[in-house]
Amino acid sequence: MIQNEKKERVVITGMGIVCPLGHDIETTWQAILAGKSGVAKTTIFDASTFPTTFSAEVKNYDIAKFVKNPDLHKNGNRGSKFAVGAAVQACRQAGINVETDEPADGIDRKRIGIYLGAGEGAANHEAFFGAIAAGWDDQTNAMDWTKWADVAAVQMRAMHELEQEANMPAAHLSMLTGARGPIRSCLTACAASTQAVGEASMTIRRGDADIMIAGGAHSMIHPLGQTGFNRLTALSKRNDSPQTASRPFTASRDGFVLGEGAAIVILESLTSAKKRGVKILAEIIGYGSSSDAFRVTDMHEEGRGAIQAMEAAITDAGITYKDVNYVNAHGTSTSENDSIETKAIKAVFKERAKQIVVSSIKSSMGHLIGAAGGAELITCVLAIRDGIVPATINLNDPDPQLDLDYVPNTPRKMQVNVAMKESFGFGGQNNVVIVRKYEDR
Amino acid sequence: MGRTRVAITGIGAVSPLGLTSARMWEGLCAGKSGIKRITKFEPSKFTCQLAGEVEEYKIQQYVPKSFRKATKMMSKDIELAVIAADEAVRDSGLITKAIDEQKINVNPQRMAINLGAGLISCDPCELAPAVAKSLTDSNFDIQKWGKDGIELVTPLWLLKYLPNMLACHVGIIHDVQGPSNTITCAEVSGHIAIAEAAEVIARGNSDIALAGGAESKVNPVLIMRQCLINRTTNKHNDNAEGACRPFDSDASGSVFGDGGGIVVLENLDNATKRGAKIYAEIIGAGQSACINPIYEHIEPDGYGLTIAIEKALAQANISPEDIDLIIPHGTGIPQDDMAEAKGIEAAIGEDVKRILVWPTKSMLSNTGAACGGLDVVAATLAIRDGVIPAAKNCVKKAAGCNLNIVKETIKTNIRHALCCGYTYGGQTAAVILKKFEN
Repeated sequence: MIQNEKKERVVITGMGIVCPLGHDIETTWQAILAGKSGVAKTTIFDASTFPTTFSAEVKNYDIAKFVKNPDLHKNGNRGSKFAVGAAVQACRQAGINVETDEPADGIDRKRIGIYLGAGEGAANHEAFFGAIAAGWDDQTNAMDWTKWADVAAVQMRAMHELEQEANMPAAHLSMLTGARGPIRSCLTACAASTQAVGEASMTIRRGDADIMIAGGAHSMIHPLGQTGFNRLTALSKRNDSPQTASRPFTASRDGFVLGEGAAIVILESLTSAKKRGVKILAEIIGYGSSSDAFRVTDMHEEGRGAIQAMEAAITDAGITYKDVNYVNAHGTSTSENDSIETKAIKAVFKERAKQIVVSSIKSSMGHLIGAAGGAELITCVLAIRDGIVPATINLNDPDPQLDLDYVPNTPRKMQVNVAMKESFGFGGQNNVVIVRKYEDR
Repeated sequence: MGRTRVAITGIGAVSPLGLTSARMWEGLCAGKSGIKRITKFEPSKFTCQLAGEVEEYKIQQYVPKSFRKATKMMSKDIELAVIAADEAVRDSGLITKAIDEQKINVNPQRMAINLGAGLISCDPCELAPAVAKSLTDSNFDIQKWGKDGIELVTPLWLLKYLPNMLACHVGIIHDVQGPSNTITCAEVSGHIAIAEAAEVIARGNSDIALAGGAESKVNPVLIMRQCLINRTTNKHNDNAEGACRPFDSDASGSVFGDGGGIVVLENLDNATKRGAKIYAEIIGAGQSACINPIYEHIEPDGYGLTIAIEKALAQANISPEDIDLIIPHGTGIPQDDMAEAKGIEAAIGEDVKRILVWPTKSMLSNTGAACGGLDVVAATLAIRDGVIPAAKNCVKKAAGCNLNIVKETIKTNIRHALCCGYTYGGQTAAVILKKFEN
């Protein structure tokens, strides 16, 4: 029988992050609370002539600061390397040994799983474009595949090719931690890591693992990624002011800002966490997933799928909309998302909609795509811990149509008991996770 | 809730053996191979010039009229998923929006979708005119690309190549509004997607799920990638039929191909209530990882696979003696086949002598994220007909492989079938199907 009998409570016992605002939790959190922006001119590749010339890059990251054996990860794509750094932090906090065949933490590796929302590694663009240029005949509009292959076979490198696959960040984390439980990777676009955390919590709840290393890792700051998003006109083109470009819920918002990074949380059954005596940071109480089933190009106009996912998560948590204090928004700074998300929040929170506190940290961090939900979930846990809700920065010209409390520009001191993280993927895959202050009941 | 049973009530497969599951099954039973010399592009400069290509089709025939325009946004991977899903839904007797908008007999909010997908590689020809505009002295110039080249890229280009678009298109066509996921664990994606969809039903989040995977590996970038990683066979370019030889002493690598395999999973009560045909039940799934510093291959003893199989058996609450058929991953890559054989043997012990093992890739090719879906469809049909077709190209078993590879087609009652898979990068999965008994 597919297992569904156990109903373990799921808590968070470790967190780690590598993102445009820092390479650890506290630096990142202080930067967010200080209203800093992680956005600047793109340096990973020459984007100077692209419609968008800036992005939110992870700067000066050195994997060797996190692991003894960086060689094992030397071929890893940016996402894999970020994931390793974030996982090391999270495992350290949760008391899980890494980089050892003989862990002293007493945890059976078959009971540790991994669930990542992770994306592709960048293509080797010189080889990719070079081979196309060599093979293409502009006169006949046809590719000579022998000429293409002559260049591709020499310039494409085996390990670089392998590392482009989306399951590689998870592969690096299983090598790092020795995890032998359920290992999965999903890629539901911008909703991937929220989905990963949600499904990972279900894995623990039904008893298939005691610990799940969950979250996301992604970098689409590469020529093809940016080409794709620029062509979709999804990116902000505010080249004269990169730091204010990500401005969710404003009248002048013109698109999202491409970011990159990794965010990892350690999810653990309450039984295991208590047995090990580790500090409990928060509890995951609800998860909801839905699809818009509308159009691949647009969100459903009324936010049907978003509403369904939020309501499913609330039901799963066994609470009502009245219990939620804080919504950490998808808040991408695109015209479409921010207005439809606002509609959906109104539909779910009804008479409380104007009181509910909503903010988007994409305003500071940019959009980490597959890793976004994980990074944003971490800020929910920190908001609960510190009694402070991060602001939506750059919110100086509110869109008159959007009239919720978006916590403009200044973080707000308030007690947060229940926070909702919502993520909506391109194509209409929606995922919501609800996290609560941990109480020993 | 704890007793929810999950049934397979519909199957769909598009493979190098044909556009339907019936054609695939005919081909498998006849020992046909879908592997041929590549026709999609001139392969003479590739070390492996073979692939499992899918025959011509018209995608418009598989979507409702209102969706025909949207087929322009479909890469081959998406098309393969759409075709397999169309068959699976029709086969199940469910009437979704796509089948007949007037007679819908499903609640869209109670339907889920979970598809395995590859990292879709774009068609280089599609970008070539833009690349041609971006050259300085015949070299690619990123500054020209950013300014001029990019303008020649079709605006919706990216949407064709996001892996989640398989589930999104299929979900829109059939109006699937419940939980939706896209598993990207390379060659074991399809197995995991089916396992997770069964879990979604078991925990009560949906009554019905479309689950499986699809991928088009016959793309010059992806074939070149596999050639460079040395996972392809390079010595059979003049012998397509005999090229992929899982567990054979003369095996020398895998052959890649296109495919899509999707099943309809359903809460058994739901299926019984509507009088659906029930093929089999999914009663257990397990997952783990192989850990190997040389991560393009799995660890030599296949331990990660052993764990997955043991977990699946435990969850199904059966022992190896209850299994009558195993469909392994069996890629034809000698060291991976050997590791898999060891991993399976460690999990099933003495029963290794009895349980018939039937690798399919010698006929279906290695279809990446589609493998799991195609193998679960094949296992379903084997259970239905009580037939295990002969393995192809395993003439002399590799030394050290103790698996009982099925030598000739036999008729036998299959109580339980196990489908297992793994991928470079290490993720493993096992799924157990049970013959349905009322």
